[in-house]
Amino acid sequence: MMAEAGLAALWLAAAMALLQLAGGLSLIGDGKLASLIRPAAMVQGALCVFSFCALIWLFWITDLSVLLVASNSHIDKPAIFKIAGTWGNHEGSMLLWVTVMALSGAAIALLEKRIDAKTLGATLGVQAVVSLGFFAFLLFSSNPFERLVPAPAQGAGLNPLLQDIGLAFHPPTLYIGYVGLSVAFSFAVGALLTRQVGPAFARAMRPWVLGAWIFLTLGITAGSYWAYYELGWGGWWFWDPVENASLMPWLAATALLHSVSVLATRNALRAWTIMLALVAFAMSMAGTFLVRSGVLTSVHSFAVDPERGAFILTLMLVYTGAAFVLFALRIGTVRQGEPFQLVSREGAIVANNIFLSVILGIVLIGTLYPLAAEALGDKISVGPPYFNKATVPIALLLMLALLLGPMLRWRRDEIARHKYWLVGFFAIILWSGVAVWQFAPGVGIFPTLGIAFALALAVASFVPLKGRNLLRTPLPIYGMVIAHFGLAVSVFGMASESGFSKESLTALSPGQSAQVAGWTVKLDDVNPAIGDNWVGIQGEMLANRGGKTFALHPQSRQFFQPEMQTSEAALLTRWNGQLYAVLAQPDERTGKWQVRLWWKPYVTFIWFGGALVALGGLIALLGRMLRRPRKPAKNNWASE
Amino acid sequence: MRQAFTILTLLVAAPVFAQGSGPIPELANQQLADPKKEAEATNLMHGLRCIQCQGQSIADSDAPMAATMRAEVRQQIAKGEKPETIRKWMIGRYGEWVSFEPEMKGSGLLLWAAPVLLLLVAVWMARGLFRRRA
Repeated sequence: MMAEAGLAALWLAAAMALLQLAGGLSLIGDGKLASLIRPAAMVQGALCVFSFCALIWLFWITDLSVLLVASNSHIDKPAIFKIAGTWGNHEGSMLLWVTVMALSGAAIALLEKRIDAKTLGATLGVQAVVSLGFFAFLLFSSNPFERLVPAPAQGAGLNPLLQDIGLAFHPPTLYIGYVGLSVAFSFAVGALLTRQVGPAFARAMRPWVLGAWIFLTLGITAGSYWAYYELGWGGWWFWDPVENASLMPWLAATALLHSVSVLATRNALRAWTIMLALVAFAMSMAGTFLVRSGVLTSVHSFAVDPERGAFILTLMLVYTGAAFVLFALRIGTVRQGEPFQLVSREGAIVANNIFLSVILGIVLIGTLYPLAAEALGDKISVGPPYFNKATVPIALLLMLALLLGPMLRWRRDEIARHKYWLVGFFAIILWSGVAVWQFAPGVGIFPTLGIAFALALAVASFVPLKGRNLLRTPLPIYGMVIAHFGLAVSVFGMASESGFSKESLTALSPGQSAQVAGWTVKLDDVNPAIGDNWVGIQGEMLANRGGKTFALHPQSRQFFQPEMQTSEAALLTRWNGQLYAVLAQPDERTGKWQVRLWWKPYVTFIWFGGALVALGGLIALLGRMLRRPRKPAKNNWASE
Repeated sequence: MRQAFTILTLLVAAPVFAQGSGPIPELANQQLADPKKEAEATNLMHGLRCIQCQGQSIADSDAPMAATMRAEVRQQIAKGEKPETIRKWMIGRYGEWVSFEPEMKGSGLLLWAAPVLLLLVAVWMARGLFRRRA
């Protein structure tokens, strides 16, 4: 009964989207149906929420007569994973996507007062087109409420790697980010249609970009930590296609975030901002396509189906193709906006946009290259060695631009005005670079420069606060400072981990010890362990350094439903790093246990920095939202 | 020293009592005694794909195939082979698919040129922004 109600709500929501589109289309003519747009968006939001709650309910009670529940859940599964299972599969995650999208539409309809009624109508009309595509996808090829007759007694279970609290938040976080970018896309196309590409439009779009970016930042940070402790080999970024798929929208969103600020404040970079909004949406669609279609092999692909991939690919090509055609037709009439000189805040943000776009291009090409090569009959791999060598130099250039950028004046500035700061940053870079090179020879050029630039950026990020009354400084400035400082922290962690990690791989009998980076780790014993839906072994380890002893309990688990083996690393977190311990298989001939140990100095800074970046975004967003919105303003930007 | 001797003995003896049996299995999960050689081996292992798994390097995988390949890498490094030679050997054996680092020739050339080309295109696109005097 609940399944049918959920499905009915979904169909009604799709009908509302159609109504919303009809209203939007009527704006071309007399606009008679335009009054329908906003109510339709709100009702659509409510219906989708109902539908999603219905699915959660079905998972909660484990209604095995529903195909999706039967194939992804199991009666013995812990309660939290039953609920998280709702969106831990393809159909459920798409329903979540559509729900968040409908809620965003409702929020725009309810709250958006900065842009004129016509642009708002056009924006919601475009949004209706986008969501109709996803409704069609959901209803025709991924119905989450499909029944299974006869109902099985137990259910198949969920991939054990996904039975983790990380799952409960990771995919939805990324999806909310993707949806936010689709809203930015709707705004951009809406503004192109009504020829209102100006500061008012930028101010309306900015919170959505910022919100999407915060979620993407959190999603990538959390995903990286999850892979780090779950996969059991101590890596935190694999340049895996699925990781790249989430990184590309983030790169585009980061560039968009900076250029939309220029448009909102200075009325410049109009065409760039629109272009980046289209690219960001295209990247989030491409990301979804890459993950869902299974065209690329990856450690993270848990839901794979070529037919659905084709559907998403078609949607992506239709939407972005149409949008780029519109862009090409209209952009000739969009003047680039207020002029500025090379050395200026705008100039620095253009540099930011260039470097981020180039990194995005490299990641995109590197990810798709094996596909293209395979089509030509060549089976090649593009992996970490390529991505590191190709992107890190550009990322370092980006950091250099970031040292100076935020302290430059708008419109025009002189480098000479900042010469003391420049000398200071150069001194920090030189000093720390030489120090690393001197005391840790053979560390490699990238980690050395990474540490040097991170230290300089940590100082530089606070410079914009100089000479300001700290009580009256707007929140977005604080947000920027914290986000840039967070980047420095994160880069420091990455450089330190890749340059200074110590590894010890051994086989130990109970009672024996191994050494790593000043730690003595003793394997006391190996005991059986048992959980709700797995059995396994647990190592009892004692880690000792400088007279202090800590207990570590790494596990190796064997799940039943479905059958799979995973290793649960034990992590000992100190302020200056993490001790990472894994207990693997017994050695067949000697009877010893394989033990893997790593000391990873400052590795936690990677994710701590990522969280700071997101926090900076949140503070900026709050600052934008707490300010009273300005009245709708019309911009006559088109050359008549 | 003793470990080196053991390995050496095994290496010499290997062909005698185990024809084509592959590398010494212990080397899959145990480091070489010489940290410099081990670092070379680790670096190489991160650039080789585990052909049995989905997109993991042999340094990051629990699969038996990855273990065999790790042992092979460590053994050849211990013998004094250059990492590049071993990579070529792996490519010869498993195809280009096994190497995460595409060759800097043929179709791979475009891939390696991409960063510079992209940078040029982006700067060219941005050139109009600065043309007018503020």
